[in-house]
Order: sequence, then structure tokens, then C-alpha cells
Amino acid sequence: MASDSIALDHNGHEPSYLEYEGKHKGLLGWILSTDHKRIGILYLISILSFFAVGVTLGFLIRLELLTPQGTIVGPQAYNEFFTLHGVIMIFIVVIPVIPAVFGNFFLPIMLGAKDVAFPRLNLLTWYLYIIGGTLVLLSLILPGGAADTGWTFYVPYSVRTGTNMIFTLTAVFILGFSSILTGLNFLTTIHRIRAPQMGWFKMPLFAWSLYATSWIQVIVTPIVGITLLMVIVERVFHVGIFDPSLGGDPLLFQHMFWMYSHPAVYIIIVPAMGVISEVIPVFSHRTIFGYKFIAYSSLAIALFGSLVWAHHMFATGMSDTAEFVFSLLTFVVAIPSAIKVFNWTATLYKGSIELEAPLLYALAFIFLFSIGGLTGIIQGALNVDIYLTDTYFIVGHIHYVVFGGTGMGLFAALHYWLPKMFGRMYNKKVARVAFWFVFVGFNVLYFPFFILGWMGMPRRSYHYLPQFQTYHVISTVGSWILVIGLVLMLGNLLRSLINGKKITERNIWGGETLEWTVETPPTFENFENIPDVINGPYEYKQNEPATIEEEVK
Amino acid sequence: MSTQAVHVEAHEHRDDIRSRMGMWLFLFSELLLFGGLFLMYSVYRFMHQHDFSIASKEMNTFFGTMNTVILLTSSLTMALSITAIKRGSRKLSIFFQLVTILFGITFMVNKFIEWSAEFRKGNFPGSAILLNKPPGQILYFGLYYSMVGLHGIHVLVGMGLIAFMTRLTIKGIINKDDYVKLETAGLYWHLVDIIWIFLFPLFYLIT
Amino acid sequence: MEKNKAHEEHGYGMYILVWLALVTLTGLTATVAGINFGKLSIAVALLIAVIKSYLVLTEFMHLKSEQKSFKVFVFVALLFICISFTLLFTDYSFYVR
Repeated sequence: MASDSIALDHNGHEPSYLEYEGKHKGLLGWILSTDHKRIGILYLISILSFFAVGVTLGFLIRLELLTPQGTIVGPQAYNEFFTLHGVIMIFIVVIPVIPAVFGNFFLPIMLGAKDVAFPRLNLLTWYLYIIGGTLVLLSLILPGGAADTGWTFYVPYSVRTGTNMIFTLTAVFILGFSSILTGLNFLTTIHRIRAPQMGWFKMPLFAWSLYATSWIQVIVTPIVGITLLMVIVERVFHVGIFDPSLGGDPLLFQHMFWMYSHPAVYIIIVPAMGVISEVIPVFSHRTIFGYKFIAYSSLAIALFGSLVWAHHMFATGMSDTAEFVFSLLTFVVAIPSAIKVFNWTATLYKGSIELEAPLLYALAFIFLFSIGGLTGIIQGALNVDIYLTDTYFIVGHIHYVVFGGTGMGLFAALHYWLPKMFGRMYNKKVARVAFWFVFVGFNVLYFPFFILGWMGMPRRSYHYLPQFQTYHVISTVGSWILVIGLVLMLGNLLRSLINGKKITERNIWGGETLEWTVETPPTFENFENIPDVINGPYEYKQNEPATIEEEVK
Repeated sequence: MSTQAVHVEAHEHRDDIRSRMGMWLFLFSELLLFGGLFLMYSVYRFMHQHDFSIASKEMNTFFGTMNTVILLTSSLTMALSITAIKRGSRKLSIFFQLVTILFGITFMVNKFIEWSAEFRKGNFPGSAILLNKPPGQILYFGLYYSMVGLHGIHVLVGMGLIAFMTRLTIKGIINKDDYVKLETAGLYWHLVDIIWIFLFPLFYLIT
Repeated sequence: MEKNKAHEEHGYGMYILVWLALVTLTGLTATVAGINFGKLSIAVALLIAVIKSYLVLTEFMHLKSEQKSFKVFVFVALLFICISFTLLFTDYSFYVR
């Protein structure tokens, strides 16, 4: 149903969303557009820019740790670096990235809709995001210095430190608000504007993962919002809430903080799991194994993930009862993640596997996320954690889960969907080479963390004992390899957008979800007619011979 | 009404259920925002039962009860304004909306009088008098000002929202057939009421 | 457009009855607060607050006549608060700080 208001181009085609001209032209046509696809691209550009800042900070941290004493910066700058690295990477990059970029762009298309439920609200979330991100960067530039508390903002230090804490705390509050509104928008979209025949169990697994994620966003984000707001209020007005000198209990802050920040791990990882669930069946040309198990396990993760927050606090002097309960629940939360890993490997089994870049990253996801998950279980065990708390072991764990998980999920998504979004294909060979740099660099960088942690190297430490230096040097060299890989990968993708091979073919990889039935790049209204959804999202069996034939050609 | 019909309609026409669903989801995050504060309150009250009881004696129960009745009545007028617009009585609806705003203003004035009295007694954050009290009482007032203050901000936002709806009603954009905007504003206002329903006994009625 | 009006007609009279009940409960809770039930007094105060909120939710906010999914939503949100409360108190009920 092409609406009358859309001008057709000289070939009589509906223009793609990239060329479409609405009320505003040029840059305004982008930053005032309520089109879910354009908002997705806005998010993509801004998030990747912040990612570059985060990577630079991480690179500098590693450079500093090359020698046991000071190398390039002083201790205060070092504290600010690791705090900002954490804040940017967690709150500005990995929490929003997959929902805000690929969720925005593909969720409505996957459901057979023309846009999300509240397009204007969707644009508002981007503005909130930009305000939040800018505040964090401002805290770095303005006198007073950036926050130096670590990304966890533990009180009483965060109440008393003289740095620009208020900027950072306000930023996280605003980013949380943006995240809530995105979640709310997706939930309503999924409930209300699916295509008529798109039943719940015909939804792609990516949509399911976004559904679970959105629930976590809407329910738990306000908790951290209010907690950080209280720290601001405490700093500014000396209202007694957490500071022990005003009667407060600092451990309550930790409870409240992790009540959000643990589920936030699942806000980070579940959308990436959704991406993997899309990529694996497409590149192994098989129906996904255990569709319903994967769908329900997303919901189970959302539920159980909210029950385990205090396992971050085993060494703080909580009651023994709490330590026992939270340790037990922590083991339970591993089950739904494991279900997914089993289903993905079962899907790959006997599939006709095509080792393109998206699948390589997906396999890296499974491998690295499994290491991250298993080291998580080690620390979920109470007695081991007492020994390992606040060592490099936990730093290794978080990087394997967050970067090895969501980072690889993001790279898989970029290689999988970017050609569809822009109608240009990247150099596949360079993409594969870049993958190996990223993968090797990643492991050389982060695996020594586990050994260092086991040896007792404390996290966030500026100086360290000389016996740790060998591993620190290996790790720093790893960071160089990783950065080379990232530059190669992103450079390859960026170059493809400018002069990559043009593609107009709708189904680039042989996927069965709805985004592969629309034009490349999609038109402004996505669909000419509301699509018929007859098959489930991953029914490869009947198409398998045809697909393979195409590949041979 | 088959679900299919709803979905088809959602693509091409107005979908009021969608708007209400969005608002309800937003209300949940509001609820959890206050939920976080209620959790902090429960912990500190548990730790300092005696101090909380003493500190709450400073509160004026009469003002608290008055404000509760005012807010409940404003909820009533809000609900009535929606029934009025549904039945096509635009003027009556506008009247009820204005009365709701008026109740909101009265609530805020009462709050102002109450807080001024506390400030005169020296029970304000950071004051030497308050800091010399036991930890539990400092926390009581910390929570009191944060929770009631945040609630007050919500009352102000709600009033602004209703005022905007009144404007739309006068313009005829909200009318007998399309009143979902007024309904969602009403949902927000009722939530503000519900939060007060809990704040009232927790701060004013501790024995 | 009938579909959009998912809920049935709510009359003026019904609302006024609900309001009367709410005001009576407020009076009750303020009066009862004077009597010392010991440990039970907070339970009584909260019980009355829950009844009042239930009335506002179902009648004023029309939850009663909304789609089933809305009711599930409310349940999920309340469940989360209850679970968090319970787990938080696995620490605070037994703490020795």
C-alpha cells in the first residue's frame, strides 16, 4: 500500500529509506526523522563513536599497565580512565547497542510492521541518549576531573570525592530513562502491531530476545535511576541516605545498585543471544533446534537474572543466609544460558555450514561466552569467590561475558545486517582476516587476566608487584592485536558503505525472516502490503535443496 | 472483536489500546522508581524502628490526612471528567479537569506549609539540629524529603499534563470519540494518588 | 471505532461510591493508628493501603475491564517488588553489622 504522499523515483520505484525525503531535507531529515530505520542509523553512528572513545581509554589503560610503576599517566588519571572506560562501555555502548541499533531497524520489519508503536518517543530516546553521552564526555573535559569511583559508584566514596560525579551520575540517570522508553516502545510494538498472521511462536528469536530484554529494562532500570538520584541528592543537599556519617548503610547502596546492574548484564547479553539465534540457522542452513526452548529461556533469563544480584557482595559482610541463598540462585541462572548454547550447537550439527564473517563471530560468541559463563559459575561458588573477589579474575570474567558475548554478537550483527541496511557488500575476505585478529587479540588480552587474578592481582590497581609483569606485558600486546583487528574490521565495513559492491538482491544470505523479503535497502514504508506469514521463522527443510543450489552457483 | 481485526486496525488506524499499554508500562517504571525508595525505607525502618517512631511524631497527622482526602477527591474528579467526555458533555469534563488541577494546587500549598514548619524547627537536610539527632532520625527525614519531594514533583508534572489535556479538550482535539489522551493522563494522575496512599501511613502513622 | 472503547461504561454514581469507600478507609487508618496493635499496626496500615490501591487500580484506572495482558503486567511488576523485598531481607533480617 504505497501511500500517495511518497514521490516515486524516475524508474517508478519507491525510494529507499536512505533517499526518501520527507518534511525536512539533509541533516535535519535525519535528526528529526521518526522513521525507525533512520533512528537505528543515528544510534549506530553515535554508539560506534562512543565505542571508539571507550576502546581508546581501554588501550591507554593497558599501555599504563605495561610496567609495574607509572608508565604514561598518574594514578588519578588512571582512576578516571578505568571509571570512564567502564561507564562508557557499559552504559553508553553495550546496554543500548543491539536493541537501539538493530532492534530499532529490524524489529518492526521482522514483525511485518511499518514502524514501532511510538515513533516520536523513539526519536526522544536518541536525544536523551546523546544528552547522557555528552554529559559523560563533559565530565572528562571540565575542571574537577572525571568520576574516579569505578563504574559501580560505591558510596561513601562517590558521595565524598571532589570530581565531577554529578555529571556522570546524571548521565547514567538520563541514559536509564532512554533505555526504559526504548523498552516500553518495543513491548508495545510486539504486543500490538505484529502482522495479522504473526503469532507469538512465529516471531523470530531476535524479537523474542528483545521482548525479554525490554521487560528487564522497564522493570529494573528505575531502581538504579532512583539509587543514583539519591546519591546526587546526598551529595548536593546532604540528605541522609547512604553515607554512614549521616546514618546510612553503604551496603544498601550496593544492594540497590546490583539489583539493577546484575539484570543489566542480561539486558546486555540477551539481545546478542538473539542475534546468534538468527545467524546460526542461516549459515548452517538448518531449522533452529528447539525454537520454543530458546524463546522461553530468554524469558527465564529475564526472571532468574533478577534474583541473583547480591552475588556481587559475598565479601562485604552480608548475613550468611543471604550469601547461601544468592549463591544457590546464581547456579540456577546458568541453566537457561546453557540451554541456548546446547540448542545452537545442535543446530550446527550436520548443517551445511558456510563460514562467513557473521558465523565466525557467532561461533566466537559461543566459545568466549561459554568461558565467561563458566568462570562466572566459579565465582558464584561462595567459598571460591571470597578468595577471587576484586581480583583480575572478575575483570577477565566481565570482559569475556560482555565483550566476548555482546561485542561478538554486535560484530556478527554488523556483518549480517549492514549489507541489508545500506545495500552495499563489504570485502568478505578482509572481514574474515579481521575476525582472526580480533579473536586472537581478544584471547591474548583477556585470558592472562584469569591467571593474574588467580595469582592475586587486585583489580583497579595502578601499581603492581613485579612478578605479575610478564602477564601484564602479554595482555598489553594482546590489546595491540585486538585494536588492529577492530580497525581492520570497522575500516572494512566503513569502506564498503562508500564504495562497496552495490547489491539489490533481497535475500543476501538466504534467511527466512521477514527482513529478507523486503527491498535492499528497505523502502520508507518497509512493505508494499502487510506480509502474509505462513511459515515459522526458520523453516529451512523445504527450501534446503534450492538454497544449496544457489550457493553452488 | 477478534485479535486479527485489532491487528489489522493497528496498522492503518488509531489504536487506543496501544496508547494505554504504553502508559501502563511507563507507570510500572514509575512504580519501580518509588519501589526502590520503598525498599530503602523498609530496610532503614527495620534497622531503626524506635528512631522512626520518634521522628514521625514531628509530622502533622492532620495535614497528612487532609492531603490524602484532597488527592483521593482529585482522583474522583479526574475519573468523572473522562465519563463526562465519553457522554459528550465537554463543558462538564473541562470543569472536572480544572477542579482536579485545583486540588493538585491545594495539595502543593499544604505541602509547602508543612515543609516550612519543619524547616523552622530545624529539621532540614544538613542542619546542625538534624545532624545531632540519632542516625535513624536523620535517615527518616532524609527519606521523608526524598520520597515526598519526588512525589511532589510528580504531582506538578501531573497537573501540567492535565492542563495540557484541558487545552486539547477546549480545542476539541479530545472529544466524545477520541479521548484516549485524557485517559492516559488520568492513569498517570491515579498512580500519583496510589503512591501517596502508601506514603501517608508510612510517614505519618508510625506508632 | 468500537474496538477502541474496550471497557464498559463507568457511571458517575459508581465513582462516587468508590470515592466514599476510599475516604472512609482513610479515616479508618488514621483513627486506628492511635490504637497500639504492637507489631500488627504496620500490617493493618499496609493492609488498608493495599485495599485502597486495589480500588483505585480496578475502578478509577479501569484495570477490571482492560485486556488480560494488562493484568498480567501489573502482576509481574508487583511480583518483582515482592521478590526483591524478600531477597533483600534475607540479608537484613539476619545481619550482624
